[in-house]
Amino acid sequence: MSTTTLSSLKSEFPTLDQMVNGHPLAYLDNAATTQRPLAVLDAMDTFYRVDNANVHRGVHTLSMRASEKFELARHRVAKFVNAREDAEIIFTKGCTESINLVAGSWGRANLAVGDTVLVSTMEHHSNIVPWQMVCKEKGALTISIPVSGEGVLDLSVLRSLFTVHKVRLVCVKHVCNAIGTVNPVAEICRIAHEHGALVMVDGAQALAHEAVDVQAIGADFYAMSAHKVYGPMGVGALYGRRELLDAMPPYQTGGGMIQTVSIETSSFAPIPDKFEPGTPNVAGVIGFGAALEWARAIGIANFAATERALTASSSSRLADIPGLRLIGTAPDKAGIVSFVMEQAHPHDVGTILDSEGVAVRSGHHCCQPLMTHFGIPATTRASFAAYSTEEDVDALIRGINKVATIFG
Amino acid sequence: MDLSDLYQEIILDHGKTPRNRREMSDHTHSAEGYNPLCGDQIKVWLKVEGDTVADASFSGNGCAISQASASMMTQAIKGQSLEKVEELFGLFRGAVTATEGTEGCDHDHEPTYDDSFGDERLGELSCLTGVRKYPNRIKCATLAWHAMHSALANELTASTE
Repeated sequence: MSTTTLSSLKSEFPTLDQMVNGHPLAYLDNAATTQRPLAVLDAMDTFYRVDNANVHRGVHTLSMRASEKFELARHRVAKFVNAREDAEIIFTKGCTESINLVAGSWGRANLAVGDTVLVSTMEHHSNIVPWQMVCKEKGALTISIPVSGEGVLDLSVLRSLFTVHKVRLVCVKHVCNAIGTVNPVAEICRIAHEHGALVMVDGAQALAHEAVDVQAIGADFYAMSAHKVYGPMGVGALYGRRELLDAMPPYQTGGGMIQTVSIETSSFAPIPDKFEPGTPNVAGVIGFGAALEWARAIGIANFAATERALTASSSSRLADIPGLRLIGTAPDKAGIVSFVMEQAHPHDVGTILDSEGVAVRSGHHCCQPLMTHFGIPATTRASFAAYSTEEDVDALIRGINKVATIFG
Repeated sequence: MDLSDLYQEIILDHGKTPRNRREMSDHTHSAEGYNPLCGDQIKVWLKVEGDTVADASFSGNGCAISQASASMMTQAIKGQSLEKVEELFGLFRGAVTATEGTEGCDHDHEPTYDDSFGDERLGELSCLTGVRKYPNRIKCATLAWHAMHSALANELTASTE
């Protein structure tokens, strides 16, 4: 499928068809959240209009229908990331909760005084703070894996950290939301496993841009958010290897996750139910499944080709602008271009781009340690999706030229 | 959306060449202002003599709006009585956050802006009130003011949250 065919995808996204401040919307904030195609909106609408019932409870037709759709979504997620079985997929409210689940359950049960959790310097705060909390509680350490000047993880330092610390877990993101680096997660898993450590991969930014195979990567845990991959907000998933999930205590407790309950004691359901107490976000989960099915049908490889082409062209066009410096120049990048301008602060850049109908993110992208590494408070970030086009890049460049005019 | 409301000449000028941007060794009060939204951090330094702000300065980096606001604030409060400074703080905060007709929770109507809003007591500072039309930029304009207010209250940090 060619890039031109993909650009016709825009018509499947109602939000993209609007004027913003007198200009056609150029939505380049896809790393924050993608838009949703009609296929996803319809799937969620149909659930509420036609199938609405609670799952895993009633014996009536609607409840069975809702349960079936819910479990079909689990199957789709499992297939999409090549999990061994559906039960290895736990639905959560997003990547953040997925990571908190691992920290609260695996971390509390397994970390002890003197243990170390390695956290890459480019991690999102959601893969840093939960580990700080549990390490503090357990007397364990969080230690950073350094990043190079171009924004690549230093694997030789990573290897050496195992020789001086009792590393139990390595926390790393698959794709960096701030600068786009694609991390060699399979190699990192190999290194960690050689030293008896597990790996928590934050897959938030990868799912929409890379074909993800958790078995090939060797991930022990892999966190996902639906809204970063054309699905709804407030829903996500955690992949975990069965033997790990089986051994972990529940993270939250309540209805739907038990086998038997007396006033004194309870026994818990097998996975995935053990980690899914309470009524889940059924419409959200169904929307998540629909989004992955939509993406699968078009082909993630096609998405990746489009986004990489736009990343390359926008990077070279931006680099030509005097006073503009690209932040993060890793050889392997996915759909994200981050930059700073001598003339203007990222927030001013963001406001001026918005006046031209161009939506970008300006800020620290929840990656303050990475910003500190680069010695900057913030960047402006343009991020692409399957429906992005060279016209969007044209609008971005026009906007940047306007910034240069205003701030001379 | 008319950007010239936000990026007026005088704001661009103060943003590019901020006045009183220096640390102050003989300060009597200081506090940091932090905007968690963008990570901007500035520090306001004050020298209070009697009931007068004898000197005011700031340090740190930020966007054009926060730099200009900090710069203009230091000029506006230098030499003023504490009482006058407190009054200016209230006036300024009110002026940059006020949207006429949107007091309370009237979400059924588009906010309307009183373009003539201005208080002569604000002087040059009133040019910053254009920020009212950009709700996510208001904190940029108030950052230094909150830090200054915290400094006088002997608090060490101020957050715009």
